[in-house]
Amino acid sequence: MSIQVENISKSYPKTLAVSDISFEVKEGELFGLIGPDGAGKTTLFRILTTVLLADEGKATVAGLDVIQDYKEIRKNIGYMPGKFSLYQDLTITENLNFFATIFGTTLEENYDLIKEIYIQIEPFKNRRAGALSGGMKQKLALCCALIHKPKILFLDEPTTGVDPVSRKEFWEMLKRLQKKGITILVSTPYMDEAALCDRIALIQKGQILKIDSPENIVSHYNKTIYKVRTKNKHQLILDLKKYPSHYSAFAFGEHVHYIDQNIHFDPTELEKYLKEQLHSEIDIAVAKTSIEDVFMDFTMLNQ
Amino acid sequence: MLPILFVMPFLQLLILSNAASFEVKNIRFSYIDNDRSTASRELISKFQASDYFIGFENFSSKKEANLQMQKGKTDVILEIPNHFERNLLKDKKTNLSISINAIDGAAAGVENVYILQIINSFNQKIRSELFQYQDADFVPSENIISIPSFWYNNTLNYKTLMVPGILVLLVTMITLFLSSMNIVREKEIGTLEQINVTPIQKYQFIIGKLFPFWVLGLLILTIGLTIAKIVFDIPVLGNVGLIYFFTSVYLLVVLGIGLFISNYTETQQQAMFIAWFFMVIFILMSGLFTPIESMPDWAQKITLFNPIRYFVEIIRMVMLKGARISDIAEPFCIITFYAVIINFLAIWSYKKTN
Repeated sequence: MSIQVENISKSYPKTLAVSDISFEVKEGELFGLIGPDGAGKTTLFRILTTVLLADEGKATVAGLDVIQDYKEIRKNIGYMPGKFSLYQDLTITENLNFFATIFGTTLEENYDLIKEIYIQIEPFKNRRAGALSGGMKQKLALCCALIHKPKILFLDEPTTGVDPVSRKEFWEMLKRLQKKGITILVSTPYMDEAALCDRIALIQKGQILKIDSPENIVSHYNKTIYKVRTKNKHQLILDLKKYPSHYSAFAFGEHVHYIDQNIHFDPTELEKYLKEQLHSEIDIAVAKTSIEDVFMDFTMLNQ
Repeated sequence: MLPILFVMPFLQLLILSNAASFEVKNIRFSYIDNDRSTASRELISKFQASDYFIGFENFSSKKEANLQMQKGKTDVILEIPNHFERNLLKDKKTNLSISINAIDGAAAGVENVYILQIINSFNQKIRSELFQYQDADFVPSENIISIPSFWYNNTLNYKTLMVPGILVLLVTMITLFLSSMNIVREKEIGTLEQINVTPIQKYQFIIGKLFPFWVLGLLILTIGLTIAKIVFDIPVLGNVGLIYFFTSVYLLVVLGIGLFISNYTETQQQAMFIAWFFMVIFILMSGLFTPIESMPDWAQKITLFNPIRYFVEIIRMVMLKGARISDIAEPFCIITFYAVIINFLAIWSYKKTN
């Protein structure tokens, strides 16, 4: 096991950040922590990267205890905090050399590992980190986290505030790193990125709702989801929530995703109801289940 | 930033050393001469001959002069009464009225002394000139003249006292502010989080952060001493190496305080505020501007905790009196003790808060 978390709890003076969490990450796995802001993802990361002490529970990283062997762990992990935290007034090369030196290595020694990423930012290598674009900053941060050839990579919301193209590129980079044998623990608030992980943990309010592969999570979901569209979307949500047998209704892109309590639900009856509510251009169809649907459902149950 | 770091202390030393002076000069003098005699004119010309007085406005009435005092246009009013000369010759005594603006009590006291000295010398002259030949049995008073000898600063030059003190201030201020804001800055930007997950040891990090300021402090001291010698011609009687030796330990105290502040603040703004708070107390209780001996007893005890106090004391002793290591051994031991204590506390709190 690369990462093992057992009954970890942590609370801050006024809030409970993480409550009784347990999970495991296998070696070479790309594991995703999926949850909204304030779910406790960053707290969990900080505990695992040995910068924060948990109130209760045990955790090991690369087989080392996060409390006793914290010094050894720090040599074996790469951590990329959610907030860009490299030296803004150093250039790209200076930042890389600085972190390489701290880890007792050199840029040349592990150049193979970061080569693919570094090439993309190399043209700007004499530019100060503070003057880089969001996507480039993130690539530099990844390079710095990889400079000492870590066994495990911790990425806390690496794609927040990054454009869609860079996000896609970034995930491709992660996939390639995974092939090189690096275990990756990544957190993200974006549900579409969840599908790219080997396994995910849905986390909310400091608790894990479900752990499984994205495919299983979707395929094990037994409710049928209908996508509904009419001219007035806002009124549609309100009306769907008034429908007697409704289970849930929430906006999903240009549609509204609707789940009925009744297994033998008949869409034509819903259409009739919506017509009575003076909706026009009504379109009802079965939707493909996505992680987001499952997450929304779990969230609702949890509340 | 770097040019500012060096230009600023240079300018401060040049400007403050000239401005921060307790010498009372340019006293605006005005008078009301009701007598208009030779004697009264002679008295006024005595004041005019002095370097300390300026203005010499003549008012026709006390009321008018008082109005000017109210407006802040004059500092001293001398009123010479009617029949000043006649009374002086006839009765061998007369009165003078002097009004001094005493908003600044200390300055008023000094002004009073200047005025009395001038009147005294006028008095003696009058005695010798006027009375001797008129009064056959006049016995001149015994001539006891005191000639003061001012040690260590025989021209009573204020700059000699102030320049070393202001130099202490600059060295302390720059190193304290920069060091207290430095680690907080890492906290604020988030780089501390990244550093914390690296195998780098806490003491390595702290030394790495504070060492440049230690060097900077010594560098500013060097610049300051050079300016003191070249521009102000301050004598350096003692061993300069002794000043450096003391400063190198003293800077550890200042950097320790800076680190301590860093640990308990979250933003540079908070750090700046707290550093200022301590700095103001340190400066005003250092004996730099006001002598410690004239503070109340409890305040004198507080100054014992003030590192600047010891530095001011030592730099003056070494530069102006040529003190040797044995002379400054006591303050030196105290500052070494503080350096150990504060750095112990700072590192302990750094571990605790992170």
